[in-house]
Amino acid sequence: MLGSLVLSICRFVIFMRSGYTSSEYVYFYYYSDAVDTVLLYSCIMGLYQHVLTEMGVSKYLRVGSILLLGGTALVSLLLVREHTNQLTTRFVVELSQNLYFVGVVLTCLLWGTVVKLRETRTRLVQLVLALGIYFSASAGAYALRNMAPDLKITMFVPPLAGTFLPLAWSCTFWKIPEEARLATARVATPNR
Amino acid sequence: MIAALIFAVSVAALLQFFVSYCRSVLAASAKAQLSEQGREVAGISGSVTGDDFRRLIRLVYLCPEPGGDRNAIRAVRAYFRLLRLVRAGIAKLVPATADWLERECEGCAYFAAVALDRRISFSRDLMARQMANGL
Repeated sequence: MLGSLVLSICRFVIFMRSGYTSSEYVYFYYYSDAVDTVLLYSCIMGLYQHVLTEMGVSKYLRVGSILLLGGTALVSLLLVREHTNQLTTRFVVELSQNLYFVGVVLTCLLWGTVVKLRETRTRLVQLVLALGIYFSASAGAYALRNMAPDLKITMFVPPLAGTFLPLAWSCTFWKIPEEARLATARVATPNR
Repeated sequence: MIAALIFAVSVAALLQFFVSYCRSVLAASAKAQLSEQGREVAGISGSVTGDDFRRLIRLVYLCPEPGGDRNAIRAVRAYFRLLRLVRAGIAKLVPATADWLERECEGCAYFAAVALDRRISFSRDLMARQMANGL
């Protein structure tokens, strides 16, 4: 989260210095977005470790997450390899998009695990859900941009999601005590 | 085609996460008890109903902010709007959902009442401190 904050500050500095349409800002935005996505991907894996801590599967999780990240990078490279000009930039953008979608799938699975294991830690529940909102909003915005590149709304969703996540996480750490517990079944299912 | 599929999956996931997130915020406040003073100021005599939500939220925004609950209030307001939208659209077609939607709206209103109670208590403390400093 701290890394993500540093990247956001750097983005803002470049935005103020060079402007929104400058190539410096565009390049920095996409490259930092890829780094940001990888950092948040590691956050999801960290949350998996927290949820599955009693099962003692941390070693498998670590290997699995590296393999999945490597696989996503490989698929992204295969998708953009025909574009010989600006290969790195195209790869970085493709990797971000794919990692956002992988993030959505992983967070959905994590949420399913939280519900199935009847995890009651309020903090953990809210952290997972906020991360899910961030990943699904960002992945949706990228997909919409691919379908309709001229649609203005796709410009606003990633910054909004990027603002929501640190605020929601800060709020969770600040307002929810560590010992707070919640009946996850009440949150996940429509009937109480 | 793939982009459309990713978009559909992302929107479905976003809805699910958003609803669950709001429900977790509501569940956290459902345990809190309203004080008598808070009930009196908010004009709540019996149980809180979904129709009280808008009035309570307006009162919440009139009180000084103790900090830290603004985002939760925004999220719950958005959730309440979503519930009302669903109620207007689906509840007539599927009457079974009407009870559940009403319970959720009541949860939102109770959350607003708890937020108001907290802000009233914060305002009283603030005023007491100012009076103590003035004396």
